[in-house]
This record gives sequence, structure tokens and C-alpha cells, in this order.
Amino acid sequence: MAEAAAKPAGAEILSVSDLQAWYGESHILHGVNFNVKAGEVVTLLGRNGAGKTTTLKSVMGIIGKRTGSIRFNGQDITRASSDRIARMGVAFCPEERGIFASLDVRENLLLPPIVRPGGLSLDQIFELFPNLKERLNSQGTKLSGGEQQMLAIARILRTGARFLMLDEPTEGLAPVIIQQIGHTIARLKSEGFTILLVEQNFRFASTVADRYYIVEHGKVIDGFANSELSANMDKLHTYLGV
Amino acid sequence: MQALYAQLLVGLINGSFYALLSLGLAVIFGMLNIINFAHGALYMMGAFCAYFLLNIAGIGYWPALIIAPIVVGIFGMILERTMLQWLSGLDHLYGLLLTFGIALIVQGVFQNYFGSSGLPYAIPDELKGGMNLGFMFLPVYRGWVVVFSLVVCIATWYLIEKTRLGANLRAATENPTLVRAFGINVPRMITLTYGLGVGLAALAGVLSAPINQVRPLMGADLIIVVFAVVVIGGMGSIMGSIITGFALGVIEGLTKYFYPEASNTVVFVLMVLVLLVKPAGLTGRAA
Repeated sequence: MAEAAAKPAGAEILSVSDLQAWYGESHILHGVNFNVKAGEVVTLLGRNGAGKTTTLKSVMGIIGKRTGSIRFNGQDITRASSDRIARMGVAFCPEERGIFASLDVRENLLLPPIVRPGGLSLDQIFELFPNLKERLNSQGTKLSGGEQQMLAIARILRTGARFLMLDEPTEGLAPVIIQQIGHTIARLKSEGFTILLVEQNFRFASTVADRYYIVEHGKVIDGFANSELSANMDKLHTYLGV
Repeated sequence: MQALYAQLLVGLINGSFYALLSLGLAVIFGMLNIINFAHGALYMMGAFCAYFLLNIAGIGYWPALIIAPIVVGIFGMILERTMLQWLSGLDHLYGLLLTFGIALIVQGVFQNYFGSSGLPYAIPDELKGGMNLGFMFLPVYRGWVVVFSLVVCIATWYLIEKTRLGANLRAATENPTLVRAFGINVPRMITLTYGLGVGLAALAGVLSAPINQVRPLMGADLIIVVFAVVVIGGMGSIMGSIITGFALGVIEGLTKYFYPEASNTVVFVLMVLVLLVKPAGLTGRAA
């Protein structure tokens, strides 16, 4: 928490410019530009296959070929390996959740190493996600979808990373669980975490986000703040085709 | 009856080597996705390392039990860093061909200098002699090999299934990309894992030196049976490879007593049967 206080609100934590990325031979990102400021919740919106997940993975350093510039806390991480990026305080919660079947819940929770002081304690995590405490000895993949999503978020809160990237945390979950995840994100924001969110569920995003970027065909084509949301509603419907 | 117990003991000894070797193969396969055909050659290097330590440096059996696995393990890690790591993501066949080639080269070099006959390695003084158990005579060294192998196997199982380090290893076996994105240096872990598997093979080599003599092809003869053991037990299962290793050693021993003609083929017959009924092996996860 000390670090969040030390960082002036509004300082740029992540700035991405002209990011291009490839999966093997296919060119996925064609020049992505956006930034995230300290303490913000920023959401990338866009249709399936627009390049949102690839953007997160590129920032995390797990897309093999990437060019352009990604700066985190002023340092260039464009070419850094993903373990180095993680150790700088970036945490990633993948779309498929990535719960390990050969690990029990406790092992899943303790897997990501502490990268810096200031992470949540286990008690704080169980306060946020009481279900997990009762299931500590279950096999990771025996949990329900909602519990798996909570575990996937919980385990990156322990590490002390203050910048979280969540890829579609509400996908396929019941409304009551989506609500719980919404509360969690609001709580994390109030504690000074910075969050980059990818969402298809625009209604959910609008309850937590400060700003939006629209991703289409591997580019950021528009962006606006939550306060400008109603003015941009028509455009948004066109972009997302809803 | 004496002969039955003697064959059972021989079976347990062979089972110890099967277990140590197939355990290493299972660990390596899980993490590197490579079928390590160099395993027999590395086992042989462990025995030779003990032989060199004794005859060149005057270092005896007990230190060799620790030094040889470390030296051969480092050799393995150099192989992984310089060659095997470039095969990640490619078809199994490439790893199989490369490690098979390495095995041929290593065995060829040793054969060039030491021929094919065995070099003697004495049983350490502390383990000489035998005990009369009433129903049979137990050579102390052989009892030691069985007990020590069992302890090492269980310790390895504990390390992988019950510790924090083992959890990292199991997770990286499932999804190395994500584990690395949590800040864990997965490439270094892969190198150390290969070193661990190779070290277990070298340890088995040191254990076998006083029993089977030290020969350049000692591993080549053994590894064929060990691969059958791995196929029966199922690739990638730690406890499975330990239990199957010991069990098949015993089955082989029993066959030697009841129907000696089949003792060399019983393991392969079992392999065929298991492959027909359960292609992933008795304890294996589907590939």
C-alpha cells in the first residue's frame, strides 16, 4: 500500500505505443496505442478476435514476436521475458483462468511467488473470497467455475504486484458471482491497485471502469472516460455490434 | 525355497534400478516432454565416475554416491542448455533421435578407451559380508541397494508431490507459459529438473558398480527393459514409475524361478498386454 501512496495519482503506469504482435505467421496487433494511469481501472472493449487478449499477453511478455514500445513504470519492457515482467509487479489472470489440475487449491494459491512487499495476506484473501478457505485441500479443477475465477484472482493478489491484468473475469459466470467479482474489483481499486480489464460484458465493465478503449482489427480505434459514456453510447453500439 | 528367495532378492535389486531409472525418465518426460534415450549412457557414466574417483583420486564409495550424481547431473544440464532446450515445442521424435545419438556417442567414446569387458569395483568394507536370515542368506550390499533405492525414490516422490518446489514443477509441467508469467524462471527449472533426472540415473550407476561391474554398455542393456517398465507404468506418473519398477523386478525374479525360459521376455509380454488394454499405462494420464 505504501507504494501506491508514494506514486502521485495520475502518473502513467503503463504506456503502450505502436504495439505490433504476431502469433507465428499471423499478424494480430497492427499498432496498439493506449495508457493506464496509477489507480485507474481501464477496460479494453471489442469484439471477439479484435486483439484484446493478445494485447494483455504482449504486455505480459508471452507473445513470441512483438515490436513497438511497452513501458511499465518508465522502464522499457517490450523485449523483457515474462518472468522478469512479473517480478517488476505486473500480474496476469488469463481468460481460461489457468487453474492447475495437479495442484490443490492451497498450492494453486501459493504458486505465484511474492515479487514485492505489500501483497494481501492469506487472511485478507479469505475475507474477500470466503469460499476458498473451505476448499483449500480440494483439487484445483474440482472447484466450480466461479470459485476457479476467484482463485485465479486471489492468487495474484498475494504477490505484491500492484498492476493487475484481468482477461474476461466474468465470462460464463452466474450474475451473483459477477456481482461479487465487481465488488472485489471496486475494493481493489479503493486500495490503490491499478487494473487493466478485458471485457465482452459491457454492462459489467461500466460498473467498474474509469476509462475505455475500443479495440478493433488489432488497433485501438477510440477511447473515452466513464463520464463520457452516455454521449458515446451510439458509437459504442456500432463498435460492439450490440 | 532358498532358490526362490534368492531370485526374489535379485528381482528386488533389478527392481531398484528400474525404479530409479524410470523415475528419472518420468520426471524428465513430464517437464521437458523428451523421451530421454541417453538415460542408459548417463547411468553408465555414473558408474564410471565412481570408478575414476576411486582409481584416480582415491575417493571411495561413500563420497562417490554424492559426487558422481552431481558431476553427471552437471554434464546433463550442459546437454540440456546447449542442445535439448532448442527442441522444446517440436515433435517427440526429435528429442528421441537427439538423445539416442548422444547415447551412442557417449557409449562409443567409453568403448574406445575401455573396451567392452567389465572393470571391477569393490564393495565398500562396511557393506561386505552377509547375514543369515534363517530362511535365506542376504548379502549386505544387496540389502543396502534395495533399502537405499527405496529411500531415494520416496524422497523424490515427496519432493515432487508434497513440497513448494514440487508444486512449481507440477504446475510448470501443466502450463509453463503461465508459471513463467507468475515470475518463476521456468527455463532454469527445466535445466535443474533434467539435472535431477540424470543425477538419479548416475546414482543408480554408482549403486550397480559393485554388483554388475563397470562396462560401457551396462546402460544400453538395461535401458530397453526400463523403457518397457515406463510404458507399463505410464509416462509422467511419479509413484507409478516407482511401484512399477519394483514390481516388475520382482515379477522378473519370480519368472526366473518358476519358468526361467521366459524371464527375459516377461516384461515385454506384460508391456504388450498393458498397451492392448490401457494404452496410457497403468497409472498414466492420457497423452
